[in-house]
Amino acid sequence: MSYLIEGETGDWEVVIGLEVHAQIVSKAKLFSGAATDFGAEPNSQVSLVDAAMPGMLPVINEVCIEQAVRTGLGLNAKINLHSVFERKNYFYPDLPQGYQISQFLEPIVGEGIITLDMPEGPREIGVERLHMEQDAGKSLHDQDPKRTFIDLNRSGVALMEIVSKPDLRSPAEAGAYMRKLRAIVRYLGTCDGNMEQGSLRCDANVSVRPTGEKELRTRAEIKNINSVRFVMAAIEYEAERQVEVYEDGGNVVQETRLYDANKGETRSMRSKEEAHDYRYFPDPDLLPIDLTQDFVDQIKATLPELPDAKKQRFIDDYGLAIDDAATLVADKETADYFEAVAKAGDAKLAANWVIHELFAVLNKASLSIAESPVSSDDLGKLVGLISDDTISGRIAKDVFEVMVTEGGDPADIVEDKGLKQITDTGEIEAMIDALIADNPEQAQQYRDGNTKVTGWFVGQIMKASEGKANPQMVNELLKKKLG
Amino acid sequence: MDKATVNNIAKLARIKVSDAETESLAGELTNIFDWIEQLNEVNTDNVEPMTSVVAMAMPSRVDEVNDGDDAERVLKNAPDRPADGSSFYAVPKVVE
Repeated sequence: MSYLIEGETGDWEVVIGLEVHAQIVSKAKLFSGAATDFGAEPNSQVSLVDAAMPGMLPVINEVCIEQAVRTGLGLNAKINLHSVFERKNYFYPDLPQGYQISQFLEPIVGEGIITLDMPEGPREIGVERLHMEQDAGKSLHDQDPKRTFIDLNRSGVALMEIVSKPDLRSPAEAGAYMRKLRAIVRYLGTCDGNMEQGSLRCDANVSVRPTGEKELRTRAEIKNINSVRFVMAAIEYEAERQVEVYEDGGNVVQETRLYDANKGETRSMRSKEEAHDYRYFPDPDLLPIDLTQDFVDQIKATLPELPDAKKQRFIDDYGLAIDDAATLVADKETADYFEAVAKAGDAKLAANWVIHELFAVLNKASLSIAESPVSSDDLGKLVGLISDDTISGRIAKDVFEVMVTEGGDPADIVEDKGLKQITDTGEIEAMIDALIADNPEQAQQYRDGNTKVTGWFVGQIMKASEGKANPQMVNELLKKKLG
Repeated sequence: MDKATVNNIAKLARIKVSDAETESLAGELTNIFDWIEQLNEVNTDNVEPMTSVVAMAMPSRVDEVNDGDDAERVLKNAPDRPADGSSFYAVPKVVE
């Protein structure tokens, strides 16, 4: 059950804490009126505040505060009515101020909980805090042999840094945590969760210790990982590296490391070693954020149904298995799609079709559920045709393929192609009679007690009916006729 | 305060300090620290930190785009730009 690394000296446990940077959904930046859209022309979304021109003063975007509180509520976390912005001082070319406005001693959100659906059962992971901060600009190192190009479009964009407690114990749990957090912020509409565009990035703090040891050992921080798969791979590599260091008689040093996805390894970023003296102090340009409980309650009243609640409702109301429900609620669009399909009646059948048939098609073509070639209405109709015995499940797969490639209403496809299930007893009986008459030898085998030939008979009937005969009826009638 | 601490502070602040200056700065900073030590003698238990000389709520802005969209203005003071004229700042190569 638990994830352990087998070393030469014994088993090692992995201790992981994640710091996730989530870009807040807002039109304008945290402290300026410049836009936040991704992919704009370089430096076209930069105000003089973001460029840190002398004399410019930051003014907080009220929606960013709301979004941070909303996220905190979604994480069942304590909202701090009083919080303070501080300056985190360091030098880098894409940080024109020479400091990042962040929160340190008094963040806007305190402790919360994220529940993971692991195969072994639910796991509660503590959230240490959530604070707001500014993003830095973007450095392009590969455009010119001698120079680095700087684009400040991202400079000043609002981020939430969500810090977990060191409660995670395996790469799989870290992956599940990322996916769950992503689902929650997407449900809340506070972050779009787009990891490729950097809206959600992750730093992983990793340490190892012999099983049974209570104290935490020195951790290494792996910076800026931008996919769930890489988070898991980076942690796995790093944990094994640390075990090796200890077992070779060495000691892990506290340092920042970088994950190289091409080589599948982490390596030390030596240049950052002495940069960890940020000299935080309260930003004199900004007053503290003081919220009223009323403001928080108003936001709380507008929270949508979140993944955990939705999952429970799918289990209770639709009778879905836990795993299926968890799969469907991972993404709000998928959950909505499923509910539209389930309106056709048979929810379990609807879940099966979405999870198995539809997902297979989407994965193969790398499409999102929003881009599905089959609408939820049409898939609902198809499920309806199966439930009311118009077509068999096997024929439905053929109809579905037509829906995917050519589109169209499933009822029309069934009609046009003459795929309607044969449920007429007389018609099926006639086919069976003909088959028995043509194959007396097999019929005799059955009477002699070799019931296995039933399968052969069923196959022949399905073949003769082009798959349209209702399999259950064929089975029953065959038994009667042969017996 | 010793010279090593002064050199570290100067380094963090990216200020070039000569050996001769280090000596006098160490003295000046020590005086400042002594003064702060004196302030530390005041009992401030149960006193809220003062964040502003006037009691006021932090002003805020509504979430609307009303700035930016003028790369040339932003880049007016840029010491260097790419040869193709694209609107980046260009700085000496920063290695990871």
